[in-house]
Amino acid sequence: MNAPSPPIGLLAELTHRCPLQCPYCSNPLHLDRRSAELDTATWKQVFSEADALGVLQLHLSGGEPTARADLLELVSHCASLDLYTNLITSGVLLDRDKVSALADAGLDHVQLSLQDIDPVNADQVAGFRGGHARKLKVGEAVVATGLPLTVNAVIHRRNIGSIEAMVELALGMGARRIEIAHAQYYGWALRNRAALIPSYQQVVEADETVRRLRAVHSGRIVIDSVVSDYYARFPKACMGGWGSRALNVTPSGKVLPCHAAETIAGLVFDRVTERSLHDIWNSSKAFNAYRELDWMEEPCVTCDRKDSCRGGCRCQALAITGSATLADPACSLSPHNTALRGSAVRESAALEDSFAYRRIEA
Amino acid sequence: MANCRPRLPRGVRLRHDRVRDRWVLLAPERIFELDEIGLEILKRCDGSVTAEEMSAALAAAFGASPEEVRPDVEAFLKDFADKRVVDL
Repeated sequence: MNAPSPPIGLLAELTHRCPLQCPYCSNPLHLDRRSAELDTATWKQVFSEADALGVLQLHLSGGEPTARADLLELVSHCASLDLYTNLITSGVLLDRDKVSALADAGLDHVQLSLQDIDPVNADQVAGFRGGHARKLKVGEAVVATGLPLTVNAVIHRRNIGSIEAMVELALGMGARRIEIAHAQYYGWALRNRAALIPSYQQVVEADETVRRLRAVHSGRIVIDSVVSDYYARFPKACMGGWGSRALNVTPSGKVLPCHAAETIAGLVFDRVTERSLHDIWNSSKAFNAYRELDWMEEPCVTCDRKDSCRGGCRCQALAITGSATLADPACSLSPHNTALRGSAVRESAALEDSFAYRRIEA
Repeated sequence: MANCRPRLPRGVRLRHDRVRDRWVLLAPERIFELDEIGLEILKRCDGSVTAEEMSAALAAAFGASPEEVRPDVEAFLKDFADKRVVDL
């Protein structure tokens, strides 16, 4: 095997602590506690190693990254390395002074989550009263510093009708970019799928809305979308390919090819405290597990799409079929696709409305 | 277009990618790999030069006429402005 090309992005989950409890959180069901988190010096070391490895953009995420008392120091360190820093935040722990301090420390971009346009529904989804109003203020503060603002809107059945209003809101806030990101059903979102998943008709209408708004607002705001794959014909190539473009470091220092990879039993993930990022990226078993295509089974082996889709998402294959080496069930050629679509159709029609909120277990 | 003074907004910046020995434009959730002309255009996007002056300078640098260069420069700037990574 040739040496893999270096990664361009690193998602640093600085902490799993978060005041919000969104039922579609991308964190794993089992969350790291504060006592397990990497210390400041170790994170700095990770960022230096990432820079040397070829990472260009660093995504500071969580949990809620602003819950870390050392965030400013970490941002300054990244700026000294000339790494591009993106803060992925709910905003509720920030205020004008903290945003200014981050901007002065050299932060490059802020991605702020909004749950909905309607404050009551937004706060209900986040499980945090008053959150929506605070987010709007923080968005204002970000734009006032001159930092570019992206609004991130996770889309599900309770807000899918608000896409146009959310784009209008983002424009009004001065955002240069908005992500219309359909919930991806892993971890917490998979647990809450029945209360979140939209119908086929809703997804089709949402896609049409996004296309129309892109044309209307071209040059004013960039509208990126993360599609819902339950109703797709072909799966998405996970992360642009397993171990090919990006890596993820958990609060306790495990290095993953993607944030859901820990669900795949049998893979052992190295820690930044035990091995260099360079070694982990280039030669760890977990990163090499699905880099090539030799793990594939039918219908993938003889499929002429396999080089582009790479079999789809390994974590979704495992979560739905029980095997990480089968085709992603979001593929219409998978024998499990009928069941997957069937569950989406059934659950979106049943209108379950209670959430299992994301919490660190006591 | 000719009289605007293009600039890179905050959060969009040029960087030499040491590991891959190339120039890239870093932007929110985007990395643009640049060819020689793209790099020369973006280097001049500091708010001090008009698009027209940019075309003239590039024409001189590459031994072409401004008439040849102008449509490419303007198309490039419009494309990057639509992506919200250059302010016109």
